[in-house]
Amino acid sequence: MTYDPSADVIEVIREPAPSPAASVYRTFGETLRGLKTTFARIAEGPTTIQYPEEKTPVYPRFRGRHKLHRFEDTGLEKCVGCSLCAAACPADCIRVVAAENTPRNRVSAGERYAAVYEINISRCIFCGYCEVACPFDAITMGHDYELSDYTRSDLIFTKEMLLAESIERAPLRTEDE
Amino acid sequence: MTALADVSYFEPWWAQIIKSIAIFAVIFAILPVLIVYERKLLGRFQGRYGPNRVGPFGLMQPLAEIVKFAMKEPFRTTTSIGTLYRLAPVISIITAVGALAIIPWGDVQHIFGTRFGLYGIDVSIGPLYVFALAGISFYGVMLGGWASGSKYSFLGAMRGAAQLISYEVSQSLALVGVVITAGTLSLTGIVHAQEGMWYFIPQIVGFLIYMVASFAETNRAPFDLLEADSEIIGYFTEYGGTPFVSYLFAEYANMIVVSAIAVTLFFGGWLLPFGIHPPGWVDPFVVLAKIVIVFTFFIWVRATLPRLRYDQLMSFGWKILLPLATLNLLVTAIVVVT
Repeated sequence: MTYDPSADVIEVIREPAPSPAASVYRTFGETLRGLKTTFARIAEGPTTIQYPEEKTPVYPRFRGRHKLHRFEDTGLEKCVGCSLCAAACPADCIRVVAAENTPRNRVSAGERYAAVYEINISRCIFCGYCEVACPFDAITMGHDYELSDYTRSDLIFTKEMLLAESIERAPLRTEDE
Repeated sequence: MTALADVSYFEPWWAQIIKSIAIFAVIFAILPVLIVYERKLLGRFQGRYGPNRVGPFGLMQPLAEIVKFAMKEPFRTTTSIGTLYRLAPVISIITAVGALAIIPWGDVQHIFGTRFGLYGIDVSIGPLYVFALAGISFYGVMLGGWASGSKYSFLGAMRGAAQLISYEVSQSLALVGVVITAGTLSLTGIVHAQEGMWYFIPQIVGFLIYMVASFAETNRAPFDLLEADSEIIGYFTEYGGTPFVSYLFAEYANMIVVSAIAVTLFFGGWLLPFGIHPPGWVDPFVVLAKIVIVFTFFIWVRATLPRLRYDQLMSFGWKILLPLATLNLLVTAIVVVT
């Protein structure tokens, strides 16, 4: 069977040509409607967030830069150096070197503690698996999202940096936002 | 009343020079402010702020941009024709500035016993002078596109030429209605004739046609096919640096001229409604305020309407605007004569 191109041609259904009065209405009436629409935008006011001065508020479960935590009463680190976070990390950006706690040098509540705890933020994909994997809630995802730096090596966060309170805080979204 | 084909000079020669310098200085001081005003207002129409970083409220933005443009390397394509390439923006800006001369900013004032007309010159051909200069400014577009030696510039220039020619007809015909009603071509005479009623009420059709044609004449949205940012086919595609700024300033000066003509012919120039008669020195500010209002309308339309397709532009110009303008002219003539 030979191909008949005319079978594939779909007839275009067009509206009847508008009358002159309808054309004039479309030219001026619809233009006025458009002008009204744009003017309503002025009445609304800008929706821009002036970024460096005002920051975008984040949701409570926003996954920003990681934080390591201490026990509030004893001041000991929660992290016991189990490396589960490093195992869970799909981007392989966490490095943990564990060491034994001694009675003289007691860093964490468990048997061992993390002698080295580094997160390479430039590799991190902020999936939050480390937070899920941690059995002691020692690592959580914070709210900071201003993480740019000048060199790659500056983006490797050490344990001290992760334990410290962040300098600038991202504002939290309020209920109605 | 002077004879119709006269230029009514009554000032000393130095007054003419002072006036021209003052008009030039004031307009070119206002132009950058208008540019930043447009960008800020356009931002508001789109739910954003517009430039607000350079200087207080971003007012220094045009200054920074002019400095940037002035520091650019004056390049040109190897296929371009040097003299014409340099001449074209000059033609554009000269015609734009030349048209500023006849804008009436106020009535004749008596200062220190001398009579001063608050306008560059009161020619008895009024609107025709503007159209003559608009006709020459078309050479700036055409030569600029052709001398660039780029096919895109040339396409843009061809579009521009066709657009300017088609819409100039309707624009002039729309004004003839006012001229017939006022019975004079002198712009100050037309303003005086509006003391009873501003012409945009009896000449509303002419006003609408004039405004639409003006959008096309000044290459503003929705008729900005000459620049067509998204397609990058504009007559100034190959221009950069100061020649580009001259084109830009010419466009804005043209907008001021077009707004001023609209104010003079349809909104009573320096006259105020409700029988308010302020002292003479207020007149220029009244005209300026009205010009800014018309300019704001230009921006408003730019923020609203999408660009027309080229065939829509042509069919709208020739099939709708021109018959409407002719009809308006005929009806006005019949009403005036009877």
